[in-house]
Amino acid sequence: MQQQLSASLASLRERSVGWSIARSGKRPADLLFRGITMLFVLIVLALVIGVALVLVINSWPTISTFGFSFLTNQAFDPVHNTYGVLPAIFGTLVTSAFALLFAIPLGLGASIFVVDFCPRPLRVPLAFFSDLLAAVPSVIFGLFGFLVLAPWLQLTGEPWLNKHLGFLPFFQGQMQGVGLLAAGMILTIMVLPLIVAVSREVMLTVPGAQREALLALGATRWEVIRYAVLPFSRIGILGGIILALGRALGETMAVTMVIGNQASRPGLSLFNTGYSLSSVIANQFGEATPGLFLSAVIEAGLIVFLITFITNFLARWLISRLTRRTGGTHL
Amino acid sequence: MSTALHTEKQTDTSPFRPRSPVREMQRQTVNMLVIALCVLCVLFVVGVLIYLIVYVLKQGIAYLNLDFFTKLPRPNGETGGGMGEAIQGTLILVGLAALIGVPLGLFTAIYLAEFGRGRFALAVRFLVDLLNGVPTIIFGLFAWVLIVIPQQTFSGLSGGVALGIIMIPIVARTAEDVLHLVPNELREASLALGATEAHTIVRVVLPAALNGIITGIVLAMARVAGETAPLLMTAFGTTFWSTDVTQPMDALTLRIYNFTLSPYPEQINQAFTGSFVLIMLIVLASFAVRWATGGFKRRF
Repeated sequence: MQQQLSASLASLRERSVGWSIARSGKRPADLLFRGITMLFVLIVLALVIGVALVLVINSWPTISTFGFSFLTNQAFDPVHNTYGVLPAIFGTLVTSAFALLFAIPLGLGASIFVVDFCPRPLRVPLAFFSDLLAAVPSVIFGLFGFLVLAPWLQLTGEPWLNKHLGFLPFFQGQMQGVGLLAAGMILTIMVLPLIVAVSREVMLTVPGAQREALLALGATRWEVIRYAVLPFSRIGILGGIILALGRALGETMAVTMVIGNQASRPGLSLFNTGYSLSSVIANQFGEATPGLFLSAVIEAGLIVFLITFITNFLARWLISRLTRRTGGTHL
Repeated sequence: MSTALHTEKQTDTSPFRPRSPVREMQRQTVNMLVIALCVLCVLFVVGVLIYLIVYVLKQGIAYLNLDFFTKLPRPNGETGGGMGEAIQGTLILVGLAALIGVPLGLFTAIYLAEFGRGRFALAVRFLVDLLNGVPTIIFGLFAWVLIVIPQQTFSGLSGGVALGIIMIPIVARTAEDVLHLVPNELREASLALGATEAHTIVRVVLPAALNGIITGIVLAMARVAGETAPLLMTAFGTTFWSTDVTQPMDALTLRIYNFTLSPYPEQINQAFTGSFVLIMLIVLASFAVRWATGGFKRRF
């Protein structure tokens, strides 16, 4: 009896959440409700596709005029009506790479601490703190970068680097404070919370039995991490890193405020000022006159859109692969 | 990993059994070193971020006064004044954004949590997640091309549209998570009493999840209140009181941005105060809503 009841309940639930009622059309009100939610979903999908379409259509003039040379051309020059974003791509890649180079080890170390070594009383304040950071708007990072970090770099940081590491091509040239170095440092600070949050979450999915098994074998805590935690969570951590990369590549305000927005002598120096793709948009849209200029600004946006779309796609795919493996279902 | 353990296992009963005092010392030293390194990482990360926040807040609070909330910015180089129009603008823009983002996000969440099965639902969820990762300036460009350029004027409306699109994925994902937390027994009980599916969702599931949904909405509003990039090319900013959404509108973030880059020390001070107010607005909103709706998860 009991079994029968629960079986019929299960089938009822199945019917209530599946498409069967909708197909058989038993209840008009339900159909209507489903229709409405579906309509809103379709609007959201249309928005996503619409954004992509609007970007492609409006950047078509430059796409058809310059083709791939838009990516390799140095000059973004409204006067001669010729456009290219190579320096912006360079600036975007250099600052993002710099940010990841420092944020990955720091973030991983911090998340290992939070997951495996953190004394219990510290956990809640740390979680509170990371929530707080996720909420700080990027313009405030930009303000800090422009008013505090850049002047410090100009007077103290860059001269010090130049004096001690000046033989490297990265730390030479004019010290202006703002530039690729400042932008990379601000991006490092901005993506750190993201890397910590994702890797912490992924490391927490490692089954406790795995840790206990290694501890029982006499492993030290580092060996537990090395042999149980990291191999298990590396895909998810990679996902988090790619997520952070997407964030760094697309960050607009903080980078725009500290990267300098000026061409400088070509070279490898991090002291140089430069552009990023999104800083080109933020700085140029105001002057953009209809025609190729406007189209070039929008194509810069299209490139940012595509790059972040791809990186996010990769990241979500990797993370979802991991959570599926551990049976991370909702219900 | 398993192969490494396996080969060691053949020579020893346990891979971690100390073979010699030297090796044991080595293992313990490495262990301590790694722990020390991790502690250093945390101290560095937390230290830098605390320094940043405390610095901005400390600079900001020094120039905080009532005028800041009620007055307009003074002309360049003059002291005094405030960011009243920017605070008002941010509230209007976030309100507009909520009008767009909340219904779209909420219905998407209801679809995903209650009806969505199979490949299509997976695709929708994936796309919503991707939308969340797209840089917000892209939605600014979108609203700029579709609204600002045809209207030939920057407007609060276009800013609200851009922020609204940014809200959709945040609302959708948080609301979906909360809806999943509502026990299935509630739905079954309602259906067993003869309620229709629509009735069950509107009268049983949504009320049960209301606290969590409201939390999600407020957090999404707090998040878009901090957006700058999409507003640059849509709301644009102004230094006058403006409630007309077809005209340029100021926002706290836009004013902070403009004043940060200003050569006048008074305006830089105002930028810090603006940051203070913005952080407080966001933090207070998030905590107020958590406090007011607290215990949602404990109920189930």
